[in-house]
Amino acid sequence: MTTRNITCILCPQGCNLEVTVDGDSVIQVKGNACGKGKSYGAEECLDPRRVVTSSVKVIGGEYPLVSVKTAAPVPKAAIWDCIRAINAASVNAPVSIGQVIIENVAGTGIDVIATRNVAKSDDIVKEKICI
Amino acid sequence: MYDVVIIGAGVVGSCIARELSRYELSICLLDKEWDVASGTSKGNSAIVHAGYDAKPGTLQARLNVKGNELMEQWCTELDVPFKRVGSLLLAFNDDDMGELYKLMEQGRTNGVPELRIIYKDELHTMEHHISGDAIAALYAPTAGVVCPYELTIAAAENAVINGADIRLGQTVQSIMRDSDSFEVVTTEHTIRARYVIDAAGVYADDIASMIGDNSFKITPRKGEYCILDKAKGYLAKHVIFQPPTAMGKGVLVTPTVDGNILVGPNAHDVNDKEDMATTAEGLQEIMDTARKSVPAVSERDVITSFAGLRAVSGDDFVIKPSDVDSRFIIVGGICSPGLTSAPAIALMVTEFLHQAGLIIDAKADYNPIRKGIPRFREMNEDERRRLIAMDPAFGRVICRCETVTEGEIIEAVNRPIPAVTLDAIKRRARAGMGRCQSGFCTPRVMEIISKQKGIPVDGITKKGGRSIVLTGVVQKGDAYDDRT
Amino acid sequence: MIEHDVVVIGGGPAGLAAAVAARQAGAEDVCIIERDKRLGGILQQCIHNGFGLHIFEEELTGPEYAQRFIDMARQWGVHSMLDTMVLDITPDRMITVVNNRDGLQTIKAGAVVLAMGCRERSRGALNIPGTRPAGIFTAGTAQRFVNMEGFMPGNQIVVLGSGDIGLIMARRLTLEGADVKMVCEIMPYSSGLKRNIVQCLDDFGIPLRMNHTVTEIHGKERIEGVIIAAVDQNRKPIAGSEEYVPCDTLLLSVGLIPENELSRSAGIQLNPITGGPVVDESMQTSIPGIFACGNVVHVNDLVDNVSTESAIAGKAAAMYDLGMFDESKAGIKVKAGPGVRYIVPNAINLTRVDDAVTLYFRVDNVYEGAVLRVSTDKSILFNIKKKIMVPGEMQHIKLKKSFLGKQGDISDIVVEVAGEAN
Repeated sequence: MTTRNITCILCPQGCNLEVTVDGDSVIQVKGNACGKGKSYGAEECLDPRRVVTSSVKVIGGEYPLVSVKTAAPVPKAAIWDCIRAINAASVNAPVSIGQVIIENVAGTGIDVIATRNVAKSDDIVKEKICI
Repeated sequence: MYDVVIIGAGVVGSCIARELSRYELSICLLDKEWDVASGTSKGNSAIVHAGYDAKPGTLQARLNVKGNELMEQWCTELDVPFKRVGSLLLAFNDDDMGELYKLMEQGRTNGVPELRIIYKDELHTMEHHISGDAIAALYAPTAGVVCPYELTIAAAENAVINGADIRLGQTVQSIMRDSDSFEVVTTEHTIRARYVIDAAGVYADDIASMIGDNSFKITPRKGEYCILDKAKGYLAKHVIFQPPTAMGKGVLVTPTVDGNILVGPNAHDVNDKEDMATTAEGLQEIMDTARKSVPAVSERDVITSFAGLRAVSGDDFVIKPSDVDSRFIIVGGICSPGLTSAPAIALMVTEFLHQAGLIIDAKADYNPIRKGIPRFREMNEDERRRLIAMDPAFGRVICRCETVTEGEIIEAVNRPIPAVTLDAIKRRARAGMGRCQSGFCTPRVMEIISKQKGIPVDGITKKGGRSIVLTGVVQKGDAYDDRT
Repeated sequence: MIEHDVVVIGGGPAGLAAAVAARQAGAEDVCIIERDKRLGGILQQCIHNGFGLHIFEEELTGPEYAQRFIDMARQWGVHSMLDTMVLDITPDRMITVVNNRDGLQTIKAGAVVLAMGCRERSRGALNIPGTRPAGIFTAGTAQRFVNMEGFMPGNQIVVLGSGDIGLIMARRLTLEGADVKMVCEIMPYSSGLKRNIVQCLDDFGIPLRMNHTVTEIHGKERIEGVIIAAVDQNRKPIAGSEEYVPCDTLLLSVGLIPENELSRSAGIQLNPITGGPVVDESMQTSIPGIFACGNVVHVNDLVDNVSTESAIAGKAAAMYDLGMFDESKAGIKVKAGPGVRYIVPNAINLTRVDDAVTLYFRVDNVYEGAVLRVSTDKSILFNIKKKIMVPGEMQHIKLKKSFLGKQGDISDIVVEVAGEAN
């Protein structure tokens, strides 16, 4: 049985959680001010996950890069594998928000999607005044 | 083969180049840095002194008063802002009063006009924010403020317009001489010239010793400064001095031509001629001392700080043909009032060259006028409209703190001495000089330089050499290197 | 001359929310003036996630959050002038703008919303001594280079200041292959969110050095290293604790300053603590018809709060333009009591409140187990027990109109911390 101290990040309160784990099961979470904190503490100890955000090269776009994220949190241990895949990828303009850029990134079962629209470089209306 | 090579493109070297460019001469202006005005000329008090400080009979006394007289014409011709705001040397006690009278007499002997002592009521009417402890002041209406690097840039540009060559980013390594010329060997070239002018600032002694002249020695004396936000520009209307000390004119509080407040300098001798680092103690020292004159000076309003090195050699300037070779003119020890004296020094050096036998014919097409970059921020509405009608790029504001437009930056990039570094743009167009200190405009200024000059964005430097701003592109995709 | 019902200055999150709310409240012709080439403001370069939990109840990245509001603005027919700089605003709401298409123009506005945001404190403002080499960036400038332009500011990085942007950039640059050596924080606590300390530093083993600052910068052309030192309780470096850290880049994340040059030149009264305009419950400044919202008023931690607050300003601006704004004086002063550094709004006119008014404030120190006390000039209204309060996390208290109405003829509301600082 081990006890880990982690900081709850769900809200600005930032409770200091004390999570007691035995193998694959959480025995106890202490220090949480709410129910959400309890499940966060358990999850952060057993299966910590992160949304990975970065950018991917755009070919022929108004901007050189498109910002991307994993559509859902990926296992923390897979962050660097995701980053390697993201850095190797490229996409042709135009790109639209939500578009899948990499399917099943690093075997996580989760897609990397675009978080911004990028028009083709020759489509930009130069003297755009109104949105 | 040049007729004259000028080593050092500070305010002195650049003013000499300008003055010589009015004659039929081939001139080369040389500097080790990547822009003119990169040494003492960018780190000083920016004051045009009235001329009462120097001992009568010295070069400093004579050239200060003469330079002050010339400054107005030079600045008008060169389109450099110069404001004769007047100076006030404060007195806080009876000892100081004695000093005031002494300096007033000395000033009169030097030929400084309109000097007078003013007392408490008048003084505090003239300056609302000076210390209540100030009992009187020596008022010198002819003193003023000028931007030292603008003057240097303008003079150098005018020289270039009139045919002078300029070579930047090359350090002089040795100088050979024979009966008819000198060979100046730099890190890049070998430059041959019939005459050499040593205007190398803190390095003037090292340059002179290259021909075996060890007649003087330069001691760098560091001065540190802080610049306050324009929002505090009301704190001083005149150049406000404290009684001088052995090390210099003391800490002053002054408006700049651009409307900021400049505070400093202290004075500490240093060994390293490149030591332009500020120190925590030094900055504290100048702010504390400045509060003796103007109590409302506050660290909270500082937008940047800097240090400069005065090129000190004994008690006076060293301006003379070398005893080793009269074709080698020494212009050394140009500490304060060097900026004020620069135009007068230029005339004096020209006279030496005349005496030394260099034939001087006036150039028929010499043009003394140099037009500066338009200053959108200082214009009224009509002027702004006209400027934008001429070129819409003047309607696009790039630096929001100082209201500098794309048109001004494009022009700075394409001047007779092109500005291709961030600092060079800053000194010419003021982009990045404001309260955010270039946080917002840096990416946009780099984009403009890149586009105008065809330099990749990550090849642009802050001030030349190895001062790259960005270390490369983020590594993305295959062959992710085709963006510039 | 151009006329608009409501002119919003700034097209970041605050300006977008205000513009949408102004349209929703009935203003017909609403125009955003934005100096950048696109709307969205700083959110466009904040490609990390964590935005929108309160407003959209999901976790968005900055560009996604911005796009939602840009889409709303489009749906509501909000106009915008992009790549346009405001040069001047007068108290009677004449706005001078300039761009490279139409040159200099004057706009007459029925009401104005100031939403210019904030800027980062620079090295100069900190007055860090030393040389002046290349390689010193504010965190936001570095963020723009990396995320928008695709350039690296450097490879070996020291971050000064543990503000959120600094923490986010420590992770961002690590993921782009840089070696982030440490984050120094002069205070004994971080001003960044807990979540960012965990996910940006702890996850990548980047040390956070509390009570440390950079005391000197080395390197002539490019920065070669910094000297860091521990500081005492007065934030003064402790002699002997200096340590040289080689690096090619120094990132500064040492605070944000509301951008109020336009407000100042218009003669708007500013709060010396926040650096932003003094505002009432409708976000109206000291000049009638000129409203302000978002980071130009006070620096927020969460964009969701900015959007909420800005909607109030936008709606009030629309009402003002429509002649439906109750122009009677705000009778209740809102004051920051002991332990509270500042509070927004600074005054309340109860007749203009729909349902409730939210007070936003920051405490001046770390407080554990302290009590927040809200009182009037007549009585204590209530106490709230707080587990922990830190200056880096904004607090808020919602006061119901019905509740305040029952307190009689009050002239002051004071929020204070009753309890000891840690």
